[in-house]
Amino acid sequence: MQIEYFQLIDRIIDLNIGEKTITVEAQVPEKSTIFEGHFPGYPIMPGVLLTEAMAQSSGWLLLGLMKFERMPFLAMIKEAKMRGFVSPGQLLTIDAKIEHEGSGFAVTSAKVRVGNELKCSADLTFRHIPFPHPDLRVHMDAMAHKIGFPQQAMTHE
Amino acid sequence: MSSTFDQIATIIAETCDIPRDTITPESHAIDDLGIDSLDFLDIAFAIDKAFGIKLPLEKWTQEVNDGKATTEQYFVLKNLCARIDELVAAKGA
Repeated sequence: MQIEYFQLIDRIIDLNIGEKTITVEAQVPEKSTIFEGHFPGYPIMPGVLLTEAMAQSSGWLLLGLMKFERMPFLAMIKEAKMRGFVSPGQLLTIDAKIEHEGSGFAVTSAKVRVGNELKCSADLTFRHIPFPHPDLRVHMDAMAHKIGFPQQAMTHE
Repeated sequence: MSSTFDQIATIIAETCDIPRDTITPESHAIDDLGIDSLDFLDIAFAIDKAFGIKLPLEKWTQEVNDGKATTEQYFVLKNLCARIDELVAAKGA
């Protein structure tokens, strides 16, 4: 996890295009300037970043479903529940699944676990549009390679 | 069985916190009810689920942007209900 760069997902564990589900892992760093302020003497992962991690997990799933032809952007967060603290150094397992595929938008549900302990969950809505800039597509391709995105899920057959 | 309009009006009222009695078949979702594009995503999600269809929002938006259709054709509620009825009928055909 490169927390300062908002690159929160380390690796894809499972991507099931047929079932429309994804499982990823994200290692919370031991040290970060974020933890110096959040909070002194009691560092915990901010809820907004846990929510962002759920959004990025859902985003990778949507990218796979759309064969990297369109880019999803977070539009709405519902039922976000922070159920327990996440500390520096903990390994997050994030599951996301598609709840609905609309015209130009999609709805997912996601949850973050540490081991078997559920830490947070949310329902997320995304708008998706054709990649607005070629540099973004190049970046997402590079990130997909870095986190082990299945190559066969990146292109049309 | 409630009419398409009744179902849509209820969805809009509950999704956007708009008093149900202010929503009429002549209401324009954007101009009269003040529903923005983000709220309309929520409404589309609820309509898709309730009717088992997929509102073609992107196609409609493109047609409006290209000047091939007016917003009234899709966003005045009686017209929206007619489009929904067409989509439901097409699904069952």
